[in-house]
Amino acid sequence: MRAADTVRFAWGAAAGARARTAFTLLAMAIGVAAVVAVTAIGEGARRYVVAQFGALGTNLVIVLPGRSETAGAMPGVLLGRTPRDLTLEDALAVRASRALRRVAPLVVGAGDVHVGALRREAPVLGSTAELQDIRRMTLARGRFLPAGDPRAASAVCVVGATVAAELFGGRAALGEWLRVGDRRFRVIGVLAPQGTSLGFNTDEAVIVPVAAAQQLFNTEALFRILAEAKSRDLVPQAKADLEEILRERHEGKRDVTVITQDAVLATFDRILGALTLAVGAIAAVSLAVAGILVMNVMLVGVAQRRAEIGLLKALGASAAEIRAAFLVEAALMAAAGGAVGLAIGRLGVWLAAEFFPAIPFGVPAWALVAAPATALATALVFAAAPARRAARLDPVQALSRR
Amino acid sequence: MIALSGIERVYRAGGETVRALRGVDLTVRAGEYLSIMGPSGSGKSTLLNILGLLDRPDAGRYLLDGRDVTALGDDERARLRREKLGFVFQFFHLVPRLSAAENVELPMMLAGIEPAERRRRVARLLADYGLADRAHHRPSELSGGQCQRVAIARALALGPAVILADEPTGNLDRQTGREVMAALERAHEAGAVLVVVTHDPEIGARAHRRLRMRDGAIVADTSA
Ligand SMILES: Nc1ncnc2c1ncn2[C@@H]1O[C@H](COP(=O)(O)OP(=O)(O)O)[C@@H](O)[C@H]1O
Ligand SMILES: [Mg+2]
Repeated sequence: MRAADTVRFAWGAAAGARARTAFTLLAMAIGVAAVVAVTAIGEGARRYVVAQFGALGTNLVIVLPGRSETAGAMPGVLLGRTPRDLTLEDALAVRASRALRRVAPLVVGAGDVHVGALRREAPVLGSTAELQDIRRMTLARGRFLPAGDPRAASAVCVVGATVAAELFGGRAALGEWLRVGDRRFRVIGVLAPQGTSLGFNTDEAVIVPVAAAQQLFNTEALFRILAEAKSRDLVPQAKADLEEILRERHEGKRDVTVITQDAVLATFDRILGALTLAVGAIAAVSLAVAGILVMNVMLVGVAQRRAEIGLLKALGASAAEIRAAFLVEAALMAAAGGAVGLAIGRLGVWLAAEFFPAIPFGVPAWALVAAPATALATALVFAAAPARRAARLDPVQALSRR
Repeated sequence: MIALSGIERVYRAGGETVRALRGVDLTVRAGEYLSIMGPSGSGKSTLLNILGLLDRPDAGRYLLDGRDVTALGDDERARLRREKLGFVFQFFHLVPRLSAAENVELPMMLAGIEPAERRRRVARLLADYGLADRAHHRPSELSGGQCQRVAIARALALGPAVILADEPTGNLDRQTGREVMAALERAHEAGAVLVVVTHDPEIGARAHRRLRMRDGAIVADTSA
């Protein structure tokens, strides 16, 4: 039998049992659509996170006090000892690295912010002029913290968009005074709304000179040193420089952790990619369910078509040809179901994108191949037993009327 | 052409054994026209199925065209069925979703004949059996006699050397039965061996050689 004839014959058989075929096709389609939808959500999450990191600048290098092998996990705390603090002098010293473009010390605390009778609790960031470029901040009005001696605690501040709106209402915040704890600061800049980036909402923050923040919170310690490498290629050099300079300053102890944005990004990328793969695999389980359906539908088909199978044998069809006809029939149903499932899945993704425009949904290429391929493989695996049963039918019994 | 010797066929069903064929010997020469008659359960269908390589004897030897086919494997038997044998059944066994033309085309498709050549041969066969205007009808849209003629056209599609018909008129009225027999006999006149199992004495009498079976044995073998 010619291959084209086998396909045509199987197609006719599938089309002949409309309800059965439609049912199987739908089950396959749902399985494939589920894989497509679920992986699109996972991929959307991955792209979202990657984009958030990208907004921070991939040349970012962050120094944390304490030594940790697993970047980002609260160092020191895990090791059960208090690490040596990072100081403003440390931050000034690392400027010596030629791989770095900018360095900004960062002190973080919570402060009570007052304007007249209005009061609001807000995160207070202490830093320098360099912070603006490192964190890609844009100003709605005024200017950022002035460049100059970072040890000087001048009484100026830059406020986030939300803070400005809530504490000053309709009035222009620029040039006004606000009080944080017992210190007064003059507002010299208002940030444009930036939204949250990685858990830090600068819209709600008040930014003051680093020395002022240190006095305010009565600490010498920095929360972080933020640095920006001159280029992506120089990130490893920057990391090495930072570690070396701080080791020298800390009596030869390696007691800081340097995180590069690239490494964090790669980690997130990997985790979310794996997660997407995992949920995709879970969705693929629905394809196994569809496979069981294929098997049952095919078994019913074999039973109903006993006489036809007997006839084909009488006409000289070999067992292999009969098996092939049934396998091709299953494959055709899976292929059609896969195509329908891809269409449904993509429609679903399109709808999701309409409702959640912030998330960059997208079906990963591997899922577009793997989902229908899994459907096909499942159908063939589960059709194997019915096809074999058909091929083994005894022609005399198959032809006998019962 | 055909030589059976000592053919035994035993069915075992639930502890009971039925000897459907008890040492059947039969020689058929090329171009013969046989009828097999006998009471129900006497083994006629069993014998025909063994002749048609659809069933295997439990003992005995079967030579087809001088070749021992008793112990052939399934694939080889399938090939011989396709190349040498044509079947006609009481219940037609047309594939219901296929048109008359497609049913006739089936054996040629299995033989791997080219589509264009197939179409030509199908058209000629349908015309030969008065079915040209029924080519695209489904079996459900055909009368019993038309269905059986489609089945005969299908059996003859690859020019078999032996045609085996098991009660081909069993489901048809008398007049239609005669027409169907005439159709089968035309194939015989073209050179094929024709073996017809029947309950109908009138039809049985049309054959040149008449076998009578009882209890799994051939009890009479008369030539006209
Ligand atoms: N598949 C089977 N299993 C058990 N017994 C069978 C089977 N097929 C036929 N027989 C028995 O074999 C005998 C011959 O049957 P069969 O050849 O069909 O007779 P006929 O065609 O002459 O009516 C009968 O007794 C029948 O009951
Ligand atoms: Mg019978």
